Amino acid sequence: MCRRLVLLTMTFSVLVQPSDAAFSASTAASPTASAGSSAAHVLNRLAFGARPGDLERVQATGIPAWIELQLHPERLDDRALDTRLASFRTLALDTDTIVREYHEPAILERRQRQKQDGPSQDLETSGPQDPTAPAPPDVPTRPAPSEAQRKDRLVLAELSEARLLRAVYSERQLQEVLTDFWFNHFNVFAGKGPTRAYITAFERDAIRPHVLGDFRQMLGAVAESPAMLFYLDNWQNVSPSARQPRAIDGVQAGPTRPRQPADRASQLTAGMRRGINENYARELLELHTLGVDGGYTQDDVVNVARAFTGWTMRPRQGATFFFAPALHDRGPKTVLGHTIEAGGGIEDARRVLDLLAAHPSTAVHIARKLAQKFVSDTPPPALVERAARRFRETRGNLREVTRTIITSPEFHAADVRRTKMKTPLEFVASALRATGADVRTALPVVRVLRDLGMPLYLCQPPTGYDEAADAWVSSGALVARMNFALELGGGRLRGITVSGSGGQVDALRQRLIEHALADDVSDTTRATVAKATSHEQVVALVIGSPEFQRQ
Amino acid sequence: MFPRRIFLRSGAMAMISLGCAPSFLARTIAAAGTRRKLLVAIFQRGAVDGLNMVVPFGEADYYRARPSIAIPRPGREGGAIDLDGFFGLHPRMAPLEPLWRAGHLAIIHASGSHDGTRSHFDAQDYMESGTPGVKSTGDGWLNRYLQAREGEQGAPNPLRGVALARQMPRALQGPAPALAMTGVSGFGIHGSASARTSFEAAYATAADHVLSGTASEAFDAMRTLERHRAATGARAAIAADYPGSPFGQAMREIASLAKADVGLEVAFVESTNWDHHVNQGAATGQLANRLDDLARGIAALVRDLGDRMSDTLIVTMSEFGRAVAENGSRGTDHGHGNAMMLIGGAVRGGTVYGAWPGLTPEQRFEGRDLAVTTDFRDVFAEVIVRHLGASRAAAGQVFPGYAVDPSRFRNLLVA
Repeated sequence: MCRRLVLLTMTFSVLVQPSDAAFSASTAASPTASAGSSAAHVLNRLAFGARPGDLERVQATGIPAWIELQLHPERLDDRALDTRLASFRTLALDTDTIVREYHEPAILERRQRQKQDGPSQDLETSGPQDPTAPAPPDVPTRPAPSEAQRKDRLVLAELSEARLLRAVYSERQLQEVLTDFWFNHFNVFAGKGPTRAYITAFERDAIRPHVLGDFRQMLGAVAESPAMLFYLDNWQNVSPSARQPRAIDGVQAGPTRPRQPADRASQLTAGMRRGINENYARELLELHTLGVDGGYTQDDVVNVARAFTGWTMRPRQGATFFFAPALHDRGPKTVLGHTIEAGGGIEDARRVLDLLAAHPSTAVHIARKLAQKFVSDTPPPALVERAARRFRETRGNLREVTRTIITSPEFHAADVRRTKMKTPLEFVASALRATGADVRTALPVVRVLRDLGMPLYLCQPPTGYDEAADAWVSSGALVARMNFALELGGGRLRGITVSGSGGQVDALRQRLIEHALADDVSDTTRATVAKATSHEQVVALVIGSPEFQRQ
Repeated sequence: MFPRRIFLRSGAMAMISLGCAPSFLARTIAAAGTRRKLLVAIFQRGAVDGLNMVVPFGEADYYRARPSIAIPRPGREGGAIDLDGFFGLHPRMAPLEPLWRAGHLAIIHASGSHDGTRSHFDAQDYMESGTPGVKSTGDGWLNRYLQAREGEQGAPNPLRGVALARQMPRALQGPAPALAMTGVSGFGIHGSASARTSFEAAYATAADHVLSGTASEAFDAMRTLERHRAATGARAAIAADYPGSPFGQAMREIASLAKADVGLEVAFVESTNWDHHVNQGAATGQLANRLDDLARGIAALVRDLGDRMSDTLIVTMSEFGRAVAENGSRGTDHGHGNAMMLIGGAVRGGTVYGAWPGLTPEQRFEGRDLAVTTDFRDVFAEVIVRHLGASRAAAGQVFPGYAVDPSRFRNLLVA
């Protein structure tokens, strides 16, 4: 408690004395070109870039101490962010409330309309996929959304805005960077049926609390989350030998059409049939834990799927995880050479999660992905090995694995700086931070992320977005980044104001080159920015510069 | 030249509206050699269920394995469109039926990769790198095609290879210039001319060669497209009804690029959301809606390109097929062999190619999936050699580690 107080005070004093810090940094030495770029590197990789004054703050705190603080986000005061998020009502709601009050009314309304107008698109994939999406070209403008539709869209809109505001304003930057990483690792897609109603709780309860915590706990929280159960279909994963419907709880067996369910239990699982669904089991092995070359077979996929039979939920009634013994395959299973005895019930799948979390392939897979995220698209094998060892030693303590990577000589090596391309999210968030922007609404940026190929919560495949640069270097995306820079500089993003846009052009030029680019730019970029005659051009040319696309 | 083209296009459209098939094949000879060949590659991401797209209704095992999702035999309600007495098209692919009847659509069934992976990511990677089983390949096969013939083309032109996508797909990644863009009309710097000049200058001399190269391709393409716009005054008229979906709109952009004569040789477009583990439906439902979008998008492009189809080849592909048997949720899990489609003037269509391995459990790959009897590289190699006119040696460069052998070509295309 005492210790925390001291640290908080220290942070606070650093925060309120930027000018002193800046002074000490600039007088500290001219060898600070390198010290400055060390701080810039740390802010680029462990945060969403530098805000005005951040470089000096990090240098004043000292890089090791700053990293240590970031590894303990609970010690960082984040009340300024909380104030910005205070108006978002849905962020704190439980899934049951979101489904009942925000999602279901829109579904009922649509069903009613379909009854009147006849059937249209399938329900499984339709729905408001993007709260900011304009009507497609050549389609007559849709009528204004009803109250129910507005509420349904609000959930994802608030979540998307909050994600951006956290990236821009949270003091707990590493936690936000890691939340982005781990959400993407366990990607779910808001465009699939009711998934969008479950993602608020998924990110808040299954991902964010665990990003510096225990891998096994995060894995378990994800496995039990309605978002993952629905997105990868495990809620419909049913033992092939599930007992006959009427006898148990209404699970419809056989190829015939579902009969009218008689009791409440049968209503809940009506339409479900016997037989496994491999979707979650395969991605659990390939993407979440072992990695595609982690040494599993098709038989393992089938056995893992069998272990997870009966892990289900009721999509529109509470949408909470429960284990349905009647749907579970009670036979023995063999997974990765380990026998899981018959009759384990819900424990079968927990045993599988234990096995997977403790497997050496998982340690390597997670270590490699984190090293790729923080260090290099082609991470040094020795670092991956050390981080994987730390994963095994600590039984998946992610704070320690992360610490191993971000305090490593490989991470701090000068030759990895600016070698990674910023993802679109990193690009827009770092642009807003660098320009000290006041973001009163982030919705225009949510739209920009779609243009840049990275719509939030709308990555359809379970693989998530690519981390490596290849995916993000395309002509269209680069042009879109330049256009975003122009919009930002020109004040054409509604509700977003760049700081300093009323002052001297020269002052802005100087400040941006120092803060956004850490004063480390090519002569060409410097000359190009020097020729700019307006605020708009200065911002656009710095944010759109080759140097700013990298981290 | 111009009036003639219009005449031919309206002619083709008139025939379609009369219920006849377009017969651009007849004009192949007249147009041969006058225009650049165009390949339109359509990637169905997520692994389409090839057994419901091109239905083996002659197989009793097909119906045994799929009690709730099978497409009924032709002639029944919601039944397949009979192609040859054994295979049928999904009923929602009716827009492609005239092309089949006219001999412009060929199907290669039980095709795919001999690598047995059921990972979407790996299988897409293999199909796009063109090197199944090898993950270290740096570039994609379509980019290697562009590389192999770069010397023949004069000045480098990034508009030779265009992906209608926000990200550059693996297939077009590599050293040869290529573009990823979502549309022709919006492609440009939305600011003053001086902003564009400044950006161009900053990137032209950047030490960052990757970004500098990408930017240079983008600015070159902007200039080319502007010249074209200045020459034609306006965007080419849209001559067909494309679906409003992202796929339909991407197909429309391809047509407008093709008609602009800016040197487009390889176009890549994605059709997504084929991964139906749950309630995939049969004659109607999720898969049916996706196939409807696909078929209407293809049919619209064919109509729109009119007589240009004599120089155009459309190829569809998907990373792997799906299990023969439906799963416990009226969907299908990941499988192996799949069906590809070829559409164009030089296609020897009206035939389902490939050795059919059968669907009894013992005939299946690993006891569960459609086996692969045609390596997708044999199809791609034939496309490169016979349609795009590359030499065998060039085709060899495109598929490293694989002996391109015309004796394995399925003779899908007029030689």
